[in-house]
Amino acid sequence: MSPKTLYDKIWDAHVVQQDDDGTCLLYIDRHLVHEVTSPQAFEGLRMSGRKVRAPEKTIAVPDHNVPTTADRLQGGMNEESRIQVEALDRNAREFGIHYYPVSDVRQGIVHIVGPEQGWTLPGMTVVCGDSHTATHGAFGALAHGIGTSEVEHVLATQTLIQKKSKNMKVEITGQLRPGVTAKDITLAVIGATGTAGGTGYVIEYCGEAIRSLSMEGRMTVCNMAIEGGARAGLIAPDETTFEYVKGRPHAPKGAQWEAALTWWKTLYTDEGAHFDKVVTLKGEDIQPVVTWGTSPEDVLPISATVPAPEDFTGGKVDAARRSLEYMGLTPGMKLTDIEIDTVFIGSCTNGRIEDLRAAAAILKGKKIKDGMRAMVVPGSGLVRAQAEEEGLADIFKEAGFEWRLAGCSMCLAMNPDQLAEGERCASTSNRNFEGRQGYKGRTHLVSPAMAAAAALTGRLTDVRELI
Amino acid sequence: MEKFEKLTGIAAPMPLVNIDTDMIIPKVFLKTIKRSGLGVNLFDEMRYDREGNEIADFVLNKPQYREAEILVAGDNFGCGSSREHAPWALKDFGIKAVISTSFADIFFNNCFKNGILPIVLPAEQVEVLMKDAEKGANARMTVDLENQEITTSDGQVFAFEVDAFKKHCLLNGLDDIGLTLEKGAAIDSFEAQAAQARPWI
Repeated sequence: MSPKTLYDKIWDAHVVQQDDDGTCLLYIDRHLVHEVTSPQAFEGLRMSGRKVRAPEKTIAVPDHNVPTTADRLQGGMNEESRIQVEALDRNAREFGIHYYPVSDVRQGIVHIVGPEQGWTLPGMTVVCGDSHTATHGAFGALAHGIGTSEVEHVLATQTLIQKKSKNMKVEITGQLRPGVTAKDITLAVIGATGTAGGTGYVIEYCGEAIRSLSMEGRMTVCNMAIEGGARAGLIAPDETTFEYVKGRPHAPKGAQWEAALTWWKTLYTDEGAHFDKVVTLKGEDIQPVVTWGTSPEDVLPISATVPAPEDFTGGKVDAARRSLEYMGLTPGMKLTDIEIDTVFIGSCTNGRIEDLRAAAAILKGKKIKDGMRAMVVPGSGLVRAQAEEEGLADIFKEAGFEWRLAGCSMCLAMNPDQLAEGERCASTSNRNFEGRQGYKGRTHLVSPAMAAAAALTGRLTDVRELI
Repeated sequence: MEKFEKLTGIAAPMPLVNIDTDMIIPKVFLKTIKRSGLGVNLFDEMRYDREGNEIADFVLNKPQYREAEILVAGDNFGCGSSREHAPWALKDFGIKAVISTSFADIFFNNCFKNGILPIVLPAEQVEVLMKDAEKGANARMTVDLENQEITTSDGQVFAFEVDAFKKHCLLNGLDDIGLTLEKGAAIDSFEAQAAQARPWI
């Protein structure tokens, strides 16, 4: 048998049927659902008299537009958001799917709740009507975002019509230097390959620096595979993975655990398997990075200066000119001279316990700069509870951060957590698009430690100066 | 789904690279629970000022492009979120085909589910089509899905590739959920076999 990649193995295990032209019907093991991209899909089912084929494999949680303030269960939600959340309530009940309502302590960002509850397991196919479904690839699960029509397709058939992507390997060799995190890895990769560098591929991240990451860090890396254009990101499961999964509410138990483990241990890329594209970065070379523009590929080490449009070629010249104007930046200025007024720590990229620990370690015993608006939005109610138990919440509050309830919040600013026109944010989220965090708001993507450092100094800051 | 066979219409040029789904339809319009009515908010933040007045130099506000049915766009069109609101908004505005050197994967798939044809061509051909689109309303392009050809206003012809199954669904306006449900027996048997092999799922 010819050697296979990890992606090949998971794909092959889920093909229901393959046509001559390579079009496959792929079985879906887990379907995660949230309030924004599902109402039209459920409505579609109703209109055609169809059922959810596998409600036991379907999990719903509201996250995108729920407020993160304490009054959210007492009418603190605007009319349109309430309609979507209530539609999800109704659809979850009517179709009999698993559901974590806003009032449940387990509620949170769908990509944090899935792994936390043990719904996400190695070797699975996982989909959700959200591009950051790539997060679950950290477990060695083939996970990707789908549109609402495909949400409806999966609800009705538990399958997707797919063609296989190509294999891409991203290897990070060696070890990271102090102050450099998983977020810096994933941004550095996008900086190197561009936002279309992964288009048509599924990426497998490997190498010593990846192996050394915790599950939280691995989720951060895979989360942004989509910003690199890839359909999905994958990391082969290992002891770190099994340790994380074991004992989770929906993880297998007893004899089933042993059987699962036996299979999971076969989920790696065989020696000599073919990759269509290979990118290698040295872990030691990666520095703490920030984005300067309005595309996630606009990545530079914090020690760099703002580029000029002429530094680019082709269509990127005009794009860079537009980005600089939007961001209000002058070519040649030092990135560390960029003053910020808002800090956001949270999102499916960086809203897990380890992220909060990293930020709190920088903030401990210190105060954020006067006039700074800073908020922490834990990725789930359970992350929030754990952070409170570990004393992290107190560190954030004493430093001057707002301590919020779980949700997507200012990552996409569908709820009231938004930037005002011209405000500039150091954000641990995943997209710095125009208007992403609020109309004419300006976003610099950074790691949680870098966000904390910026909150203290009031400008983009090299966190290595503070550790 | 509406069929897509052959379209002759005005093409609007949008040479900007990395046009993302937040640009195509900003998140404030994702709060709808319907698929229709988003065309008026297509490219909202580029198209209107804060007071809701049209920004005159935005391409779709120019008189010659108000009826555009084709977009010729810069690299990596539709990157970003999975929101199907992006193709819904394009379709509702009247856009039925988008031409670029590359598309983001999820957006590309979403188009086909909504009767929109995304076409990938090499950079030099997109450049020719961009120039053609810049001629305005008198320059009408033809996109022929059956024969997989684009014809410019001055008669140049470019062939394009399209996935055979997706082409079949577009040409016939097929609902692929219906097609998959016909394979129910195969799904049943896969599930039975998977339940044996991986009972923990």
